Amino acid sequence: MTGPGSGELEPRATTLFGDEEVALVDLLDRLLAGGVVLAGDLTISLAGVDLVRISLRALITSIAPVERPGTLAARAERGGTQRSGADAPEAVTARELESGRG
Amino acid sequence: MSDTLTYVYALARDVDPADVGDLAGVGGGPVRVLAADGVAAIVSDVDRAEFQERALEERLEDLEWLTTTARAHHHVVDTLGRDHLVAPLALATVYFDDERVRAVLAENGAAFSAVLDQLAGRAEWGVKIYARQGGGTEAGEAPKPKSGAEYLRARRKALRESETSLDDAREAALEVDAAVTALAAATRSHRLQDAQLSGQSDPMVLNHAYLLPVERADELRDLVASLADHPRVRVEVTGPWVPYSFAQAAQGAS
Repeated sequence: MTGPGSGELEPRATTLFGDEEVALVDLLDRLLAGGVVLAGDLTISLAGVDLVRISLRALITSIAPVERPGTLAARAERGGTQRSGADAPEAVTARELESGRG
Repeated sequence: MSDTLTYVYALARDVDPADVGDLAGVGGGPVRVLAADGVAAIVSDVDRAEFQERALEERLEDLEWLTTTARAHHHVVDTLGRDHLVAPLALATVYFDDERVRAVLAENGAAFSAVLDQLAGRAEWGVKIYARQGGGTEAGEAPKPKSGAEYLRARRKALRESETSLDDAREAALEVDAAVTALAAATRSHRLQDAQLSGQSDPMVLNHAYLLPVERADELRDLVASLADHPRVRVEVTGPWVPYSFAQAAQGAS
């Protein structure tokens, strides 16, 4: 976390293998529906997952398929910029990262 | 009452406390190892208020919180999983304190061991298959319709073709699935991702996870590479993942 956005602005590798960054939607497929299920001491209802996915859908329409945490709020606040094709510019992400942290 | 709770990321085997020395968990706290009878729990302290029951249900609908937490959880299990046998836990499993976690480990040691045994030497791969839209029509520019009726006919034909191409894609996806399943120790299907979630304009026709012996990863690569020019479907692979989709045998354990 030193330097301006170190490591944050690397474009996501889109190759099929060796992806460093995973898509949020793929991760949530696994984290919300997978893993060893233990009761835990606080009962946490994951029944709300569908709601989560609905909110996700609402938000993700306006962003690239993979985002860093911190950029989502910034984009949501400005009503979202429509993603056009696969070329969501990294520069925009950079600016939004900064403003998201300001 | 303590201000913190113990968040459990994964069950693991043969983890030395030094192996998690640099890892930060959810909320930034240092990751620790709690061991009992050959099975270890990978944990960190999290803020109690943040994980109180009601707070958490609200937070699960808070996309930014969910994203940050999911990424932090993933970072811990993924980093550790590179060199260790791990069985990741579902997101946001928390206990009052370390003693409670040790008690759960002691109580379910045999079941946890069995889960880890099943995962040894295997990794999860994701395969998503999309229908190639319009892949079947090579007609190029259709002549301009001369009448409304002609336009409607053309429109109906186009719709029929897109349905056919989706059916063809599903069929092709099943063939790919059979080929990957032949390499795999286990298969699990995930929900198809909505085009808006996947970020892909082509409709998804298959979203599976496969548990593959590590030495077969190359065969999967070759298989997928051989499908690169498939006329009906586009195949996307993700992985290797820590075995999120296959760490559920402990479901009955409490």
